[in-house]
Amino acid sequence: MKKGIFHLLRALGLVLTLLPSILVFEGSITLDTHKTLMLLGCLAWFGAIPFGKRSDADD
Amino acid sequence: MFSKLGARLESVQEFEKTPVPATRWKSWRSFLGMYAGEHTAGTEFVIGPLFVAHGVAAGDLVLGLLLGNLLAVLSWAFLCAPIAVRERITLYFKLEKICGKRLVTLYNLVNALMFCFLAGSMIAVSATAVGIPFDLPMAKLSDWLPSGVGWVVTVLVVGMATTLVAMLGYDQVSRFSNLAAPWMILVFLAAAIAVLPELGVSDAGDFWSVAESKIWTGVPIEGQSKFGFWHVLFFAWFCNMAMHIGMADLSVLRYAKSWQAGFASAGGMFVGHYLAWLASGILYAVFLQKSQNAQEFAPGPIAYYAAGVAGAVCVIVAGWTTANPTIYRAGLAVQAVMPASKTWKVTLIVGLTTTVAACFPALVMRLLDFVALYGLLLMPMGAIVFMDVWIFPKWGLQSNLAALRHLHWNWAAALTWFSTLGACVFINRAFGVEIFFLGLPGWFVAVAVYALLSYVFQKKRA
Repeated sequence: MKKGIFHLLRALGLVLTLLPSILVFEGSITLDTHKTLMLLGCLAWFGAIPFGKRSDADD
Repeated sequence: MFSKLGARLESVQEFEKTPVPATRWKSWRSFLGMYAGEHTAGTEFVIGPLFVAHGVAAGDLVLGLLLGNLLAVLSWAFLCAPIAVRERITLYFKLEKICGKRLVTLYNLVNALMFCFLAGSMIAVSATAVGIPFDLPMAKLSDWLPSGVGWVVTVLVVGMATTLVAMLGYDQVSRFSNLAAPWMILVFLAAAIAVLPELGVSDAGDFWSVAESKIWTGVPIEGQSKFGFWHVLFFAWFCNMAMHIGMADLSVLRYAKSWQAGFASAGGMFVGHYLAWLASGILYAVFLQKSQNAQEFAPGPIAYYAAGVAGAVCVIVAGWTTANPTIYRAGLAVQAVMPASKTWKVTLIVGLTTTVAACFPALVMRLLDFVALYGLLLMPMGAIVFMDVWIFPKWGLQSNLAALRHLHWNWAAALTWFSTLGACVFINRAFGVEIFFLGLPGWFVAVAVYALLSYVFQKKRA
């Protein structure tokens, strides 16, 4: 369960990194919103990895 | 805490003088992550823009990178990896067996110096991002010296942090690269996509015409030389010449389960040296458009404009993931000169040297020339290893001559190295061939000279 949550968080981090740029390209969001979402993606990715690795080892 | 760290450092075991045991072999996936991380790095934020600055045309770039990177992958897979898994020792120990201790000492010092400069340029790139909140004045394309005290302090902080990670050994380096690589690659891609509308790309169909007219225009920036298709192809092939044809990656690929792990370098070439170079070129084109062709050149602020804080973090991390393994490799090179020293102590010394070098922006501004020089200087030893492992046994010549005859200086190898570099200088001066192209004729010169001299010296002694 814990492992699944951290995998999901990591995947969310990558989605938040790439998807906003496509939305900027399509004119759906501004460049500033894209930067904020990318920062959240960065935090999700690096935040989830150490815990995800630990829970992988626990399993 | 310090005793724990001390115990960890003392336990770092990198098999410098013994073949890597089977229990420590790694699958190709481990190398895919390592190569993708290492080659999606700080240099990519510099090389992509420098292609723009040197006026490469869009078609020349796309085709040149495709073929050049393919040749680089084949060089890793067919030249370096088979020898790495056959011998499973570091390049430095292999060279000691072939060339003798004294010649290897000279080689290692040159090698370590080159690695220090390369890692230094990465630390400098990271520092351009760390300096953003402090509004540090950034260097210009023509700058060689540090721009101020603030710059030097920033570089020192980044350099020490990088050195600490490298001191903990290969596993830590590999883990860090694997951890950051997928995210970094997407940041490069996302940043470039997000700024395309600013260049006038409103749908995918517009991209190529904008690429030709506003990004890779074929016109160099004032003061920069013109690059064409062959520059791009040879640069992509030879920018890591020291690693593949020069065999430095014997030290890394000796951990591979099979030689096919050499193909994992494609992860680095086609993501880092293709996608990331294109992406960073786009980012630089936006910077040039906004700044009306300003001479300032700082990857940190360029990425920050396109991707905000995440972009700046990416530049820092990208610099780290190249600087870490490069400092580690330099540490191995120096340790081969001082085998009694602990790996972590040697890495600390190398890291400090690197950090001092990083203070000079010339390392970044002349990165293309430096990378080409670095590959060229080390390439002849790779040719020597190639001949010694594959060709000499077939020709009835003795491999590992120095180890068998207890030589400290193998003259055949030494003269091969020096005469190859001499031949390259001659080709450069007499025919005006640029440094980016010299590796190819140089390799054939090295192979021919080493075969001839070994035949002469070995038959004379027989």
